[in-house]
Amino acid sequence: MSEQKLTGAQIVIKALKDQGVDIIFGYPGGAVLPIYDALFQQNDIKHILVRHEQAAVHAAEGYARSTGKVGCVLVTSGPGATNAVTGLLDALCDSIPIVCLSGQVPTHLIGNDAFQEADTTGITRPCTKHNYLVKDVNQLARTLHEAFYVARSGRPGPVVVDLPKDVQFADGIYVPPTEVKHKTYRPQVKPEIARVEEAIELIASAKRPIFYTGGGVINAGPFAAKLLTQFVKTTGFPITSTLMGLGAFPASDQQWLGMLGMHGTYEANLAMYNCDVMINIGARFDDRVTGKLSEFAPGSKKIHVDIDPSSINKNVAVDIPIVGDCGAVLEDMLRLWKAKQKRADQTALKAWWGQIEGWRARNCLNYNRTESVIKPQYALERLREALRGKDHYITTEVGQHQMWAAQFLPFDQPNRWMTSGGLGTMGYGLPAAIGAQLAHPDAIVVDVSGEASFLMNMQEIGTAVQYRAPVKIFILNNKYMGMVRQWQELLHGSRYSQSYSEALPDFVKLAEAWGCVGLRATKVEEVDQVIQKMLEVTDRPVIVDIAVDEKENCFPMIPGGKAHNEILLGPDDSPSDATPEDGMVLV
Amino acid sequence: MEEKIEKHTIAVLVDNEPGVLARVIGLFSGRGYNIESLTVAEVNNADHLSRITLVTSGTRMVVEQIKAQLDRLVPVHKVHDLTDEGPSVERELALVKVAGTGEKRIEALRLADIFKAKVVDATLTSFVFELTGTTAEVDDFVGLMAQLGLVEASRTGVVAMSKGAAGF
Ligand SMILES: Cc1cc2nc3c(=O)[nH]c(=O)nc-3n(C[C@H](O)[C@H](O)[C@H](O)COP(=O)(O)OP(=O)(O)OC[C@H]3O[C@@H](n4cnc5c(N)ncnc54)[C@H](O)[C@@H]3O)c2cc1C
Ligand SMILES: Cc1ncc(C[n+]2csc(CCOP(=O)(O)OP(=O)(O)O)c2C)c(N)n1
Ligand SMILES: [Mg+2]
Repeated sequence: MSEQKLTGAQIVIKALKDQGVDIIFGYPGGAVLPIYDALFQQNDIKHILVRHEQAAVHAAEGYARSTGKVGCVLVTSGPGATNAVTGLLDALCDSIPIVCLSGQVPTHLIGNDAFQEADTTGITRPCTKHNYLVKDVNQLARTLHEAFYVARSGRPGPVVVDLPKDVQFADGIYVPPTEVKHKTYRPQVKPEIARVEEAIELIASAKRPIFYTGGGVINAGPFAAKLLTQFVKTTGFPITSTLMGLGAFPASDQQWLGMLGMHGTYEANLAMYNCDVMINIGARFDDRVTGKLSEFAPGSKKIHVDIDPSSINKNVAVDIPIVGDCGAVLEDMLRLWKAKQKRADQTALKAWWGQIEGWRARNCLNYNRTESVIKPQYALERLREALRGKDHYITTEVGQHQMWAAQFLPFDQPNRWMTSGGLGTMGYGLPAAIGAQLAHPDAIVVDVSGEASFLMNMQEIGTAVQYRAPVKIFILNNKYMGMVRQWQELLHGSRYSQSYSEALPDFVKLAEAWGCVGLRATKVEEVDQVIQKMLEVTDRPVIVDIAVDEKENCFPMIPGGKAHNEILLGPDDSPSDATPEDGMVLV
Repeated sequence: MEEKIEKHTIAVLVDNEPGVLARVIGLFSGRGYNIESLTVAEVNNADHLSRITLVTSGTRMVVEQIKAQLDRLVPVHKVHDLTDEGPSVERELALVKVAGTGEKRIEALRLADIFKAKVVDATLTSFVFELTGTTAEVDDFVGLMAQLGLVEASRTGVVAMSKGAAGF
């Protein structure tokens, strides 16, 4: 077969098609014009023109997280690439598979401070799982296939491929993606069976067990979530999850304790504190979850399942580490549990559930149900009711509203919840919602937003309008950077330094200026009606401005540097002692 | 809980591609790990493989973390902890320039002989010695030369290999 020569730009398009890319999020510029020209001449890949490159990456994250596929991004050299950096780091922190193609000045100009030159591989090295600079057109196809392989395998993450403009013009040979046998990168998917056996013995001997699950289960795919649900149901154990793992186990189930960690439920945190066996499946012992490390689940034996060996024994020393994919490990666990006819210690388990129900009875998410002002929790409860039974996806920005969304919106399925957990990037939610909406055109996609976060990437309304993505931007407008104000209250004598959202626009008029629908609720009785109207719109974005209580704080809360059992349940709950100095310095 | 700081010599086999050293060094600086010494050179020309030898220190948990972090870099083939994996040999090469005349010059030459250092350059007023040995031996030699007209020393840092027949 004679090998057909293609230009670098054509090779890019062909490789993307062969990798199953149907949507690419991008923004043009001089250094990627050949690729834009090749895009123009085909119809298989749809290009979504964002308004800022950061948003291109977040949109690709929303697309990736809601589909389980690799998200794809195209940006130009210099400012295009540097604008993408926040998105790349966001994807790295949350283990989201992304391939980002960036233009670069022609190879002979690299290093000459050429126009719009940036050392993109240098800048993105610590914000990507891996990156490449392609200098030879004949290495282009192989490199692109490898980039997709690296992005989606093992612990997923963002990969940058930097493409000098001369390489895009040059003629070269295309090679199709073969079964990639990467010479160095081969993550361990199957666990060591002896370790799983040890784990099964420990699980069977537990008196006060808990499942602590995380984003790794979502990464492992819906099948892993199903296996998790089966295993948890089989054992009868309580389960909690991190912010990133919500939806892997149905929140409507009795065994579900809610999210754990800094703003997790009382019952989840106390069950973690008091457990004797902790079964961590795909969570990384993040500081927002562990609180004070020396008092983290002090009397427990720990099992940790993670595909990334560097996650194991990083923050917390564990007793049984299991390296492998959550799905593969859960499959083995379930199989061995059944084969060995294991059964939990029912008497102990009954007593344990008795204790947990006692904590649950504190009803820690309760709030003051007043008629005089819209409580943010109330607005979310009403949203929850309105979405019940409907095919929907939720994204969030970062702040109090994000935590309330995690607490008050139920997730019964994986891949339905998209939030910036590790980096905590304000401005993530709107572009992520657009990405999720384009992947699921008929579903309802709501970005639970704060007024301050919304302003960070609100230019993306333009993108949503252009592609008729009917995303719902549900702004819990408390006129404050509420999360910052809450910390200032707790740690800085209520000196609200720069945390008031001054000079806000009229969000309804803003919506109208873009040709969107704008809605507002200022009274409790308007909330339902506004939500109803919002859900009726299916052909354009909706911006909903909910004027919520400006002073409401998010509880429960474990102050920085405190242990799980020092959780604060409400405004009248003052910390057991002032936050210690070593806690003050924590973020 | 006071944890002991351990010193480890780690050998890493990597693809010799642009940026690979930057990845390794960026990992150490970005995560605040110590590098006491680092050497790198291509060892397999046909497959473009380079071997990095690095000496680092930290608690057991940090050393394990360093190895796991190195191993997850995409161009890394293998990571071996020579300190953990049994006996190994470690060597450094140093070039040491000493200037002087008279008694000091003779003493420098005498010590070089004891340390089995080679003279690789000589003028009427200076020597450049080449010395191979353990880090401690090189330290000792350079320390002695400091009193005999040391001008400068250039050291490679540690290269290391496990003892016995088994390879990397
Ligand atoms: C304002 C704010 C407040 C927050 N408060 C909380 C809080 O109260 N509670 C909370 O939980 N979080 C909170 N977070 C989020 C927190 O910062 C972390 O992002 C989160 O806890 C990490 O979740 P995770 O442990 O599930 O890890 P992830 O970041 O989802 O990492 C997944 C882990 O699973 C592994 N993995 C990936 N794929 C696989 C696979 N296929 N098989 C096996 N393992 C795999 C990875 O190696 C990694 O170790 C907050 C964030 C913000 C911005
Ligand atoms: C890009 C970025 N800058 C700053 C922060 C720090 N920060 C965290 S929450 C927050 C306030 C968010 O305010 P808003 O969007 O109104 O949400 P609220 O907390 O009021 O619900 C800020 C400034 C951040 N997370 N991201
Ligand atoms: Mg706000």
